Amino acid sequence: MSDIFHSVTLDKEKCHGCTNCIKRCPTQAIRVRDGKAKIIKERCIDCGECIRVCPYHAKKAITDKIDILKNYKYNIALPAPTFYGQFPKLTDINSLLNALKKVGFDDVFEVAYAAQIITNETRKMLDNMQIEKPVISSACPTVVKLICARFPSLIDHILPVISPMNLAARLARKVAAEHTGLPDSDIGVFFITPCAAKATCAKIPIGAAKSYINGTFSIKDMYLKVLPYLNSKESCEELARADFDGVCWAVSGGEARGLATENYIAVDGIHNVIEVMEAIEDGKMEDIDFVEGLACVGGCVGGPLNVENNFVAKGRIKKLSSTFTKKATIPDSVDVSWDIPLEHNTAMNLDDDMIVAMQKMEQMSKIHDSLPKLDCGSCGSPSCKTLSEDIVRGFAKETDCIFKLREKISELAQEMMNMDKH
Amino acid sequence: MSDNSYKLHFDIDGEDFSVAGEASSNIKKVLGKLGVPPAVVRKVAVATYEGEINMVIHADGGTIDVEITPECVKILLKDKGPGIASIEQAMQEGYSTATEEVRNLGFGAGMGLPNMQKYTDYMNVDSVLGVGTTIEMHVNIK
Repeated sequence: MSDIFHSVTLDKEKCHGCTNCIKRCPTQAIRVRDGKAKIIKERCIDCGECIRVCPYHAKKAITDKIDILKNYKYNIALPAPTFYGQFPKLTDINSLLNALKKVGFDDVFEVAYAAQIITNETRKMLDNMQIEKPVISSACPTVVKLICARFPSLIDHILPVISPMNLAARLARKVAAEHTGLPDSDIGVFFITPCAAKATCAKIPIGAAKSYINGTFSIKDMYLKVLPYLNSKESCEELARADFDGVCWAVSGGEARGLATENYIAVDGIHNVIEVMEAIEDGKMEDIDFVEGLACVGGCVGGPLNVENNFVAKGRIKKLSSTFTKKATIPDSVDVSWDIPLEHNTAMNLDDDMIVAMQKMEQMSKIHDSLPKLDCGSCGSPSCKTLSEDIVRGFAKETDCIFKLREKISELAQEMMNMDKH
Repeated sequence: MSDNSYKLHFDIDGEDFSVAGEASSNIKKVLGKLGVPPAVVRKVAVATYEGEINMVIHADGGTIDVEITPECVKILLKDKGPGIASIEQAMQEGYSTATEEVRNLGFGAGMGLPNMQKYTDYMNVDSVLGVGTTIEMHVNIK
């Protein structure tokens, strides 16, 4: 599979070519060309802002259809903790996990439980490893990709642990193989995701060479499927392993609160995360131990593939805290470390040769000076600055700016009038 | 562009704390686009941010000029502030002449100049009382 893959995609039929998405994209990864939005794949970090803001629902996330379960003999569902916050009357997590089995899965493994294992290992890492302070959480793939593209000097600050979902998949697969005796290829592991970013990571994980996940379903697709089976009177199998320390990863601050430090900040919403990353880069946060940054407002409960309003879902997750009667049993010494390092994404660079890059920068600022600086987006680029960059890169021309075009036309008209006079 | 260098100029407003840091943020973006190594960008970011804040706190603003070559990033900070009475003292960690008000905002920890020194490969401070301060800093790329 190609290295560059992202899960946000466009439904061309529905796209009106408006400027909503290009304006909100934090990595300037979208342009409107020929009346349709176009995602620059090298720059997309799967944050889902465009999915959220598109008034025509033309932006979608690629997830799988439930039929994919037929390809495997034994299927395991991995629900994200966020899934628990979607249902109004849920008081028993077991009833939700049992409902998943009735939908067609043979087993369920909670990502919340894997998250608790990650927390346990992270505590040890923070004590023993030399990671640059403040240590930045790697839980949100969008934030990790944002750092690789826009804040590469902070790559060494990122906590080098694999994602809870990939760990959950690895553990679930092992249990299933032992339990069923089936070969690995007959076992299907599926993540129920709140966002596009995690759907991408299920294919191409961060920090790990191998994904143990076979596919993803969006929370909203799975929501309607489990609804009929929820709170059924039938006896429930004990499937829940996690306690609230894992479940609360669904909301902002959930990961950080499990670490043995009060000296942390938790920031949510991609544009807020960017501000905090700027501050870390400027050396303003050297006295902080840990920074948890989540791209969606409220944390994963704010993911674009959820059903419920993020504030409502957050309240529900909080309410679940009283339903846990016992602490989770967490195994010690689980390997959660990365096997491949992060790389600086240079898609934002103007040129590989610094001299050429400087020449392009000079051209860019000259073009920018001549543009109206209204940032109207009518040219298809999000701002006059990005248009000047697109022109220099050869992807756009000056007359894509409607004001420039108007100037040109009136010049031409003037010339014609002058010709007439002679 | 002249002789393989790229130049940036910023006027720093002394009145407004909330925009302090904007110049260093812009400088970072430009350096990133030019392909300057991330470690160098980081050093320049810290040094210019400290310089920018210093100008706002002590000198009622000033100017920042940056010259980028493939070998080095040179930063020139100029202000017409009160000047530094003792550069030697100002270079000591923890020494600050910031007002109580500014300290309450979380600034004025006395780490400004020492941090600028720490993150740059060359720094020269020129200051005349009542006239102003000029600071030149270099961060080497190669």
